[in-house]
Amino acid sequence: MGEQIKHFVDWLTQPTLYFSLSVLAIFAILKFRAIFSKTSVIVAFFAIGTAFFVWAWDDPNFNRIITKPDNVPILILLASVVYFSWLSLHRAYINDERTKKGLPTLEGETGKQKVFTWPDLVYVELICMVLFLALLVVWSIKIGAPIEEPAAQARTPNPSKAPWYFLGLQELLVYFDPWLAGVLLPSFIIVGLCAIPYIDMNPKGNGYYTFEERRFAVSFFWVGFLLFWVSFVILGTFLRGPNWSFFGPFEYWDLHKLPPMVNVDLSTYFWFDLMGNSKAPADPLVRELPGIVLLLGYFAVLPVILQKPLMAKLFDGERRHLVRYHLMMHLLLWFGLIPIKMLLRWTIDLKYIVGIPEWFFNI
Amino acid sequence: MGKLTDYVQNTQLWKSVFRHGYPDTPRNRTLAVLSNFFLHLHPVKVRRSGIQLSYTWCMGGLTFFLFLIETITGLLLMFYYRPTADLAYQDIMALREHVPIGIMRELHRWSAHMMVITVWLHMYRVFLTGSYKPPREFNWNVGVILLVLTLLLSFTGYLLPWDQLAVWAITVGTNMARATPFLGHEGPGASLISFGGLNFIHAGDDVRFGLLAGRFVGEGALLRFYVLHCVGIPLAAATLMAIHFWRVRKDGGISGPL
Ligand code: HEM
Repeated sequence: MGEQIKHFVDWLTQPTLYFSLSVLAIFAILKFRAIFSKTSVIVAFFAIGTAFFVWAWDDPNFNRIITKPDNVPILILLASVVYFSWLSLHRAYINDERTKKGLPTLEGETGKQKVFTWPDLVYVELICMVLFLALLVVWSIKIGAPIEEPAAQARTPNPSKAPWYFLGLQELLVYFDPWLAGVLLPSFIIVGLCAIPYIDMNPKGNGYYTFEERRFAVSFFWVGFLLFWVSFVILGTFLRGPNWSFFGPFEYWDLHKLPPMVNVDLSTYFWFDLMGNSKAPADPLVRELPGIVLLLGYFAVLPVILQKPLMAKLFDGERRHLVRYHLMMHLLLWFGLIPIKMLLRWTIDLKYIVGIPEWFFNI
Repeated sequence: MGKLTDYVQNTQLWKSVFRHGYPDTPRNRTLAVLSNFFLHLHPVKVRRSGIQLSYTWCMGGLTFFLFLIETITGLLLMFYYRPTADLAYQDIMALREHVPIGIMRELHRWSAHMMVITVWLHMYRVFLTGSYKPPREFNWNVGVILLVLTLLLSFTGYLLPWDQLAVWAITVGTNMARATPFLGHEGPGASLISFGGLNFIHAGDDVRFGLLAGRFVGEGALLRFYVLHCVGIPLAAATLMAIHFWRVRKDGGISGPL
């Protein structure tokens, strides 16, 4: 029985399933928020989670990956992100129900009262600081900071992992070349975050938790932050082993587990399988034409086609918001490229949509 | 006992420091905040909703607190640590063996990890309460830069123990810079920047080289990361935090429904 559960968990956490199930979970939680925002749900989650940990603790592989000193923060990340997502949903649900009944939001009710900074705020801050410091001291006494062998340029450890907070980007390296995964996409994340206040023109939901007044914004951030950032960090920390191969939490890190590399470029599919040629055109621009046309359609034509309906929905059709619209679309389309590429990799082993290695230009 | 406190509080010494009586009246509570350099970051009165833990999660405050812990423990670590390829690793080992109450490195490392987590959660909360909306757009942007700086602080510090974990994590991270469009020698467009068949962008002068002061993570990189970690980025972050806090007040305090 125990072994079967372990195999099941290993199977369940493989990237394709892990990702698809996470998508489903996020949308199910948002859709059925009336149920998922209940206090009993979060209590049950932590109870089951703890029970699972206690049960799995003795497994040598599980234990090894969980108890690495630098992995402890990732467990804290997991627990706190789940808890705070629940808390925000809990409050959003209450607020939305109150708004429907014509009552002020929770924040609206207490926001009118003003209290003295001393003592009300100062004490909260003090208690937070003391508790947090106590936690850090206990943690520091219990768990020593890791130190490995001295640096050696000649010996590459396997796996070589970036610091944990960048593992989401390292995970993208499975699907994209470094100029996208390591340079362009992170830059777009920063630009995109900066642009949020200038794109989101919805005046509602300022200063209180809500879901119904900001459906798209909240769902988008859940997907972006929880799925593509936090869950990728967790995947990269616990489930990626030597050669960045996938390993289930109960799986032994076998150095020889190599992923089959049979990925194929779109141009190969086009010229050989579709056109039946025996040779692709020599000029890289001609060879990659199918991919280039697709990407141009995606990045240049799609926003124009969607302009009318989306402008009407988001910006009341006012043309002065055109710059916002195109900025938003551009950022969203880059973001969308990630799941698209992932799906194409999983379904048809696609390597590059446009692959011009001569110029290091691979998408 | 009561008499003693009365006496102490009436000395010139005490009064020169604290300019008000015990903060249990509105007047003294106001003065407690206004006449204290640190507390006057706060307004005298705040919205009740703004200070509820279930609203702010206290994450911005905790991030700042962790930054302070990092400053103090980091300063202590600097007494023992020399950023050269020969000594760095040795000094870290010695820290564990020779320094009494040796948890400074632990405190520094775990607090750094926690700071990354709290800053993410802070951003998450600010987003979910829509607190980036007018008039707080600018402060959200200051926040985004603080987020990047927090990650960079952590990243530069990761190299300093000079062990296998450190060097290879930074190698993996900085390898990305090779692929910067136009500016990295394996980036798209880099070969366009050439003159008469001579490439201007190559492994010996691209952005990665500039970052590492070499073709690989070596002594030059260690010194660069050390200076950025201990001086450059903390100064930038502290300045931006000052602006960030000032802006919270100028934008009307912690957000709440209008
Ligand atoms: C080193 C990093 C940071 C520190 C020390 C910090 C600190 C703080 C503090 C103490 C507050 C007061 C309210 C609270 O605690 O929630 C605050 C508010 C705020 N922060 Fe940050 N923050 C940091 C990073 C960020 C980031 C990454 C963002 C967003 C991307 C951000 C955006 C904001 C905004 C918009 C407010 C006003 C929120 C409101 O009025 O409800 N900050 N920050």
